[in-house]
Amino acid sequence: MSVNLTLLTVMGALYACGIYLILERSLTRVLLGLMMLTNATNLLILTTGGYAGLAPLFSKDTAPGDYNDPLPQALILTSIVISFAVTAFMLGIIYRTWVLAREDEIQDDAEDRRVAKTPSFDVEDDSVIPVETSEFPLTMLGSDGQSVSDTPDGADATVKVADRKLDAEVAASEEQPGSLNITPPNKEGGGQ
Amino acid sequence: MITVLAVHFAVAAVAPFLFRKFGRNSFYALAAVPTASFVWLILQHGAVYSEAPQAGGAAPGVSEVLPWIPELKIEFAFRMDALAWVMSLLVLGVGALVLVYCARYFKDKDDYLGGFGAQLLAFAGAMFGLVTADDLLLMFIFWELTTVLSYLLIGYARTRLSARRSALQALIVTTAGGLTMLVGLIVLGFNAGTYRLSAILEQAPALISGPAAGAVAAAVVLILVGAITKSALVPFHFWLPGAMAAPTPVSAYLHAAAMVKAGIYLVARLAPGFAETPYWLPVVLGLGLATMLVGGYRALRQTDIKLILAYGTVSQLGFLTMVVGLGEPDAALAGLALLLAHGLFKATLFLVVGIIDHQAGTRDIRKLSGVFRSSRALAIVAAIGAASMAGIPPLAGFVAKESVFEAFVHYASEPAAGLWGPVILIGVVLGSILTFAYSARFMWGAFAVKPGVDPTPFKPIKPAFLAAPAILSLLTIAYGLWPVPVDGWIQPYAALFVPAGEDPAAAAGHLALWHGVTPALGLTAITFALGLVMFYGRDAVARLQGLVPGWIDGDRTYQLTIGALDDIAVWITGRTQRGSLYFYLSVILSVAFALPLTALLLANKPLPADLYFIDPNSPLQIVVGAGIVIGALAAVRANKRFLAVLMVSVTGYGIALMFALQGAPDLALTQMLVETIILVAFVLAMRSLPAELRDRTGGRYRVVRVIIGAAFGITMVFAAIYALGARVAAPVSLEFPQLAYEGGGGLNIVNVTLVDIRAWDTFGEIAVLALAATGVASLIFVRGRGDRSPASASVAEGTVGRRKPRGTGRGSTRDDAALAMSRRFAASSRDAWLVAGRTLAPERRSIIFEVVTRLIFHSLIVFSIYLLLAGHNLPGGGFAGGLTAGLALTIRYLAGGRFELREATPVSAGALLGIGLATAAASGVVPLLLGGQVFQTAILEFWLPVFGDIKFVTSTIFDIGVYIVVVGLALDVLRSLGAEIDEHFEEHFEEHPEEPSDNQEPGAIPAETTAKGKA
Repeated sequence: MSVNLTLLTVMGALYACGIYLILERSLTRVLLGLMMLTNATNLLILTTGGYAGLAPLFSKDTAPGDYNDPLPQALILTSIVISFAVTAFMLGIIYRTWVLAREDEIQDDAEDRRVAKTPSFDVEDDSVIPVETSEFPLTMLGSDGQSVSDTPDGADATVKVADRKLDAEVAASEEQPGSLNITPPNKEGGGQ
Repeated sequence: MITVLAVHFAVAAVAPFLFRKFGRNSFYALAAVPTASFVWLILQHGAVYSEAPQAGGAAPGVSEVLPWIPELKIEFAFRMDALAWVMSLLVLGVGALVLVYCARYFKDKDDYLGGFGAQLLAFAGAMFGLVTADDLLLMFIFWELTTVLSYLLIGYARTRLSARRSALQALIVTTAGGLTMLVGLIVLGFNAGTYRLSAILEQAPALISGPAAGAVAAAVVLILVGAITKSALVPFHFWLPGAMAAPTPVSAYLHAAAMVKAGIYLVARLAPGFAETPYWLPVVLGLGLATMLVGGYRALRQTDIKLILAYGTVSQLGFLTMVVGLGEPDAALAGLALLLAHGLFKATLFLVVGIIDHQAGTRDIRKLSGVFRSSRALAIVAAIGAASMAGIPPLAGFVAKESVFEAFVHYASEPAAGLWGPVILIGVVLGSILTFAYSARFMWGAFAVKPGVDPTPFKPIKPAFLAAPAILSLLTIAYGLWPVPVDGWIQPYAALFVPAGEDPAAAAGHLALWHGVTPALGLTAITFALGLVMFYGRDAVARLQGLVPGWIDGDRTYQLTIGALDDIAVWITGRTQRGSLYFYLSVILSVAFALPLTALLLANKPLPADLYFIDPNSPLQIVVGAGIVIGALAAVRANKRFLAVLMVSVTGYGIALMFALQGAPDLALTQMLVETIILVAFVLAMRSLPAELRDRTGGRYRVVRVIIGAAFGITMVFAAIYALGARVAAPVSLEFPQLAYEGGGGLNIVNVTLVDIRAWDTFGEIAVLALAATGVASLIFVRGRGDRSPASASVAEGTVGRRKPRGTGRGSTRDDAALAMSRRFAASSRDAWLVAGRTLAPERRSIIFEVVTRLIFHSLIVFSIYLLLAGHNLPGGGFAGGLTAGLALTIRYLAGGRFELREATPVSAGALLGIGLATAAASGVVPLLLGGQVFQTAILEFWLPVFGDIKFVTSTIFDIGVYIVVVGLALDVLRSLGAEIDEHFEEHFEEHPEEPSDNQEPGAIPAETTAKGKA
């Protein structure tokens, strides 16, 4: 199988420039990079057709090998039109971003950074719950959370939450799963 | 059996509606389901036990099989034998009583009661399915169903953190065990060649001694892990006391009678076949004994009567596992007897605890005092249960425990057991002493009058509330006094352990209240004596327990494990998910070049032979290629937005030229048209963005980017060279010319490929086009598609895009003068060349452009239709034609503004997309209706008066669909990026006028002027 180095070199250059552009923060440049990558890929597919040949318009006297390979051409034709649609879509996105945020740049995802800073203390998992000795509570015992409820009646039960102390009841009443909500509640109690 | 299951789940599905109407009394309706099933079960007794049990022969039973997924060998296979029947008795009977009990336990105003009732009933169904399933995977499905339902039931009080956390803990532990078990089940089923449980048990002797003995032994251990987690054995026992956060009826049912027995059931089910495998006895006996002792020890430390019972259950589950897993006929008999007895007394006791909690508002033994005086009936019911638990005659617990002792005495006396036999026996006796002690502690803690504690206020109990535990305690007495029926139910199961040729009845023995003076009776006496000592010396015991340092706490270990898992997950997420697209892409792309490049270098193959720079057929390529590379580099370096866009366009046009030189006229044509429309779209979309392209990264990563880009490009070049060089087969497309001409009836091979040979592919593609077009429209319009814009007739002349003069005050700037001049010249007094040209502000109009548009628009449209129709034989086709039409519309829009575009295309873009897709789809479906294949082509030849002979190929219809879709896409792009953004602009300027009034502007020509001119 023959290999056309000219086409491949151009393809390589387009890939290199395209990749360089999509590693940029500006959305416009990313889009231009994508277009270059499309063109480079089209060239790659074109190269699989081998030597330049006759246009694939059938005539009875021509051997099938004399045409330029029609299959890659059909694939590329599809690709060209699809990339037009995708480019238009990206243009829509760029315009929308600009209208909404006056921003043509890809922002870092703040949520990801927040996740990375999640403390190892999770209220839902790690807060200490007072032992409950009834489903119909008239009274509630404070405790250190062990299976034996050994805190005397009426004592203020506190639990150590991260680096501060919380009322055991407040810790137990914490209802927001997975929240970062470990700020000390107000003195009146009742959590959130 | 399938009917019973179906009814359970069906009633569970409608249960929430019942509760909405009838409140808590609906529990009675739900209870009717397991009750009826229970009656059915009793009626089945004859069928299940009809065949005389044969030692070693086929076990009797009733089977039902319904095919489900034959490819995976999964079927709804159910089988009711002695074991399943006894388990079902417990599951359905206790289930019915617990549901009855719920009707008085809950209040009408409790939230989520409907869901709770449904879950409890569904749980009974799932449990019944679990014990009757005869297919390993089906059993696993029910197993996991019970896990999920128990999660929901434990977490019933969803606002309480403790309930949520224990529910999750139970879920995680039992699911982890369940998944381990699944692996074991699959290994077992794979080695046995069937997933049918009864068939596997039949060939068990061959399996455990056959070539796959090791795999089978491992599989059995994995399955035991599932049983251990489910039945809360050490080291997974901690979830069961945690699960006491569930409402007490749930605890009574799931954590005493039913779900935790699933593990015991599994052990009992597999014991006849697999008790001989090497790891079975150490696991079952070792963990069972440890669990029994740990549970009993911890039960003595609890001050919550529910937790006393919970740890007692843990202890009993260990006990049961040991007995059931021993694999001897007498132990099997004793095990099931104990299972039934335990189900009866533990459910009773839990229900009693529920009543105490309900009436007194606490379960703390330091607060409860004198409950016996308040409700003697309750105390009697509880006493029967506790006495049965302690093993006092003449109750069920005594009968069962006697036979258990006998079995272990027998086991200890066997020489094969070695040292283990006596150790286990002593352990079991020790466990029983603990059981006696905590039973007594429970009774004392719940009912006794305690010095220094005020009598607990206790509301009177309604009989309906007490009915369920009372019935259970009556059954306990009946079972104890007359154990013969129970003996008869279990004997066939025990007979499975009897080797062929021996008398099953003699080997297993019988359940009886009085066996005579035996070693077992002696052990019972020791148990009672020491148990009483422990109870009366409870203060000393408590002091002793206080001195012992805390054990390794399973719950703590679990929390640490989960916490560590969380931390690791956060750490990994924090390291990999940095939130920067640049970072992700860099990693992905670096891998994308590093791996193939390494592979290429390692393979170290010679370059292919046929490499050339200059194609003999088109030497010009190298020149065009140089142009493309220069354009690409310029685009990278450009710091002005439109310059960059233009440079990318240069590469695009260059590629088009490359296509032409390579011998691909269709591609060249299409690429040229697309490039043009994209250029226009870019300019339209980006007019509001700043002209400068700034590099915010400040060049910090430029070197990295250059390296990644260059390396990726080079990798692609070499990968392509080697891939192309590796090609040896003749291209499939050599057949295409002939196919296209004869099958597709067209000369243009590429076009025929698109509309005929690969029509499916193209159809998918136009669907994508329609989606993208819709996407663009949605992004810009947000709502609708801009089909309702007013007709141009309603728009005042010269108002569209009218510029406001910039000058302030009276002094006019050069700009304003130029504006005035352009208005004067553009004010045409003649008829407009374009329909809506007049709507445009005068300074926006260009007469020359309008004239040219007028001249070429229709020609372009005609040409596009020509391209469409001729495309089958000459370069062109639906894509090229559609794009040409799109280009014509673009010109019209540019010359005449958005109202001109609207006049030119009175249809909705969405309608065009739909019609196009429908046309293409119809061309695919119609041949199917006519008896052909999808997208089959027919060639019609006929004669028309003017045109002469015509050869019409039906795939042209498909191409027409493509054409319409492409026009729709172009229209959507123009309307969105063009017309709608125009409108945004104008609204923006109206809201923020830079000049409050433009009447002071001397050079301004009001719109009326041009109107008058026209008049």
